[in-house]
Amino acid sequence: MTPLFELREVEKTFEIRRKGKKLGLRALDGVRLTITQGASIALVGESGSGKSTLLRVLLGLTPPTEGVALYQGRPIAQVRAENREFARNVAMVYQDARGSLNPRMTVEALITEPLRHFGICTAAQAPARVRALLARVGLAPEVAGRFPSEMSGGQVRRVAIARALASEPTVLVADEAVSGLDVSSQAQLLNLLRRLQAEMGLTLIFITHDLGVASYLCAEIAIMYLGRIVETGPTRAVLDAPAHPYARALRKAAPEFFAPLAEPLTGEIPSPIDLPPGCRFSGRCAYAQADCRLTDPALLRLNDHRAAACLHPLTQSFANV
Amino acid sequence: MAVIDVPRKRGTSHGIFRRRPFFTLACLVVLFFIACAAFASWIAPYDPLAQSIDAMMQPPGGDHLLGTDSYGQDILSRIIHGARYALLIGLGSVLLGATGGLILGVAAGLSKGWVEWVLVRIIDAILALPSLILAVAFIALLGQGVDKVTLAVGLSMIGPFSRTVRSDVLQVKSQLFVEAAGLMAIPRLHIIRRHILPNIIFPLCVQVTVRVSEAVLVSASLSFLGIGVTPPTPDWGLMISEGRGFVSFAPWMSGMPGLALAALLIALAIMGDGIREEYDPKLRQGR
Repeated sequence: MTPLFELREVEKTFEIRRKGKKLGLRALDGVRLTITQGASIALVGESGSGKSTLLRVLLGLTPPTEGVALYQGRPIAQVRAENREFARNVAMVYQDARGSLNPRMTVEALITEPLRHFGICTAAQAPARVRALLARVGLAPEVAGRFPSEMSGGQVRRVAIARALASEPTVLVADEAVSGLDVSSQAQLLNLLRRLQAEMGLTLIFITHDLGVASYLCAEIAIMYLGRIVETGPTRAVLDAPAHPYARALRKAAPEFFAPLAEPLTGEIPSPIDLPPGCRFSGRCAYAQADCRLTDPALLRLNDHRAAACLHPLTQSFANV
Repeated sequence: MAVIDVPRKRGTSHGIFRRRPFFTLACLVVLFFIACAAFASWIAPYDPLAQSIDAMMQPPGGDHLLGTDSYGQDILSRIIHGARYALLIGLGSVLLGATGGLILGVAAGLSKGWVEWVLVRIIDAILALPSLILAVAFIALLGQGVDKVTLAVGLSMIGPFSRTVRSDVLQVKSQLFVEAAGLMAIPRLHIIRRHILPNIIFPLCVQVTVRVSEAVLVSASLSFLGIGVTPPTPDWGLMISEGRGFVSFAPWMSGMPGLALAALLIALAIMGDGIREEYDPKLRQGR
């Protein structure tokens, strides 16, 4: 079966000028990722690790500089240009939900737009459809007549999700869809997304920096560091026994109730303009060995489900592979 | 599920008038001038063009409330009729300038490459000259008359309008909802019509109210310089210019139309500022 999305050695370099010199900023560097139909995958990483760029590549908004990005076995840019199917099937929920909604349109108009654009229902059916979508995300029908500026942050996110669902997508891409909300609306939205995924069989690609959210919502996880996926696998297995030292550090840095933060990661994330030689994490790695500073490890399989970009994976059972 | 009821933010129009007394006063003054312009023939006590040798340069009071000019024409009647020309030229030229500015600004904001470069240079070239100088240049090309003055002032205002429109287009174009619409594969023209233009038109309308006073002033200046409206027409600028020679012994001849012009300009400016402060989202954030 062809996977839904497949990224092979995707690289994205942005050219920037500093002091008259042209420099290449590597936002993505050798990304390998496979997403199958119906999967739910969390992309986790620090700010600046390339999560958003990866998302833009998946959506076909940014062409990769090197490597291939495929959707059902064909280049994403090509699929996008061909017809509306890709736009209809892959829906996006932006991190800045308010900014992604036209402030001069009512909720009704905002949700009707994709309905009419993709010819999902007739003009007469649209109002009922809008209300059904609003109900699905837990909003009252009266909200339809409001403008985004008249609603709270949580409500606006729901509208954005309702709008994304309007086109009856098969893939929902969400960029930090619940961050910055209070815990109760966060929980409501997470439950909503989980329910939608179960009911509609959505493929969910979820960017977050919250490991708790990732473990609740997504069966798989991909941890990014400086433009490369450093570890992938089933969320539970990866978080229980991380193989990559960075994954372990992230896991340890997540706050737990009544416990002091055990091992905060030392040092700053290096600049992607000038990557350290060898493994990009070696400078901050507590387990770095001599060869780590010479060889840049690629993302390699550890077993059937898991992969890590590390020369000396932590988990014992993988050590000799 | 909790649905929080958020009160509607924007104040009612009733609220504006109570919160801004000066704005209310300015609106009343403008309304008064509009009423004068609309019902000039009924309100004016005399024919504004009727000359009389018996009633030359009479001071205010008596038969002629605001006096007469050197041809014996009733100044009050001329001011009332002049309001018609001032507002007609002011509004007409601003609408002309706004339409031209909208087209040029949207084109410059949405185009890329050398087309954008050329359009931006055109806007810069128009902006390099003050609107009065430009209007004088256009008058030199077009000739005199009410319609010509409207056209000249309108053309001279395209520059400032297109600059603000272009910067609004650039700002709206970079917003997320435009990218989101593109992601939905909505056609470009449709995005421009539904998502970009509605977000441009509103600030443009605010700009129009702010710039009406400038248009009135420029048109009056043209008439004052003697290159705007042709003489028998009761235009304020022309009246001020006609009374200039007699200012030492008949100051009302220039003074009365001058007062009318000043009152209208100040009222329009206060009204425009009030509307801008009330509805401009950029200014509202600061509050």
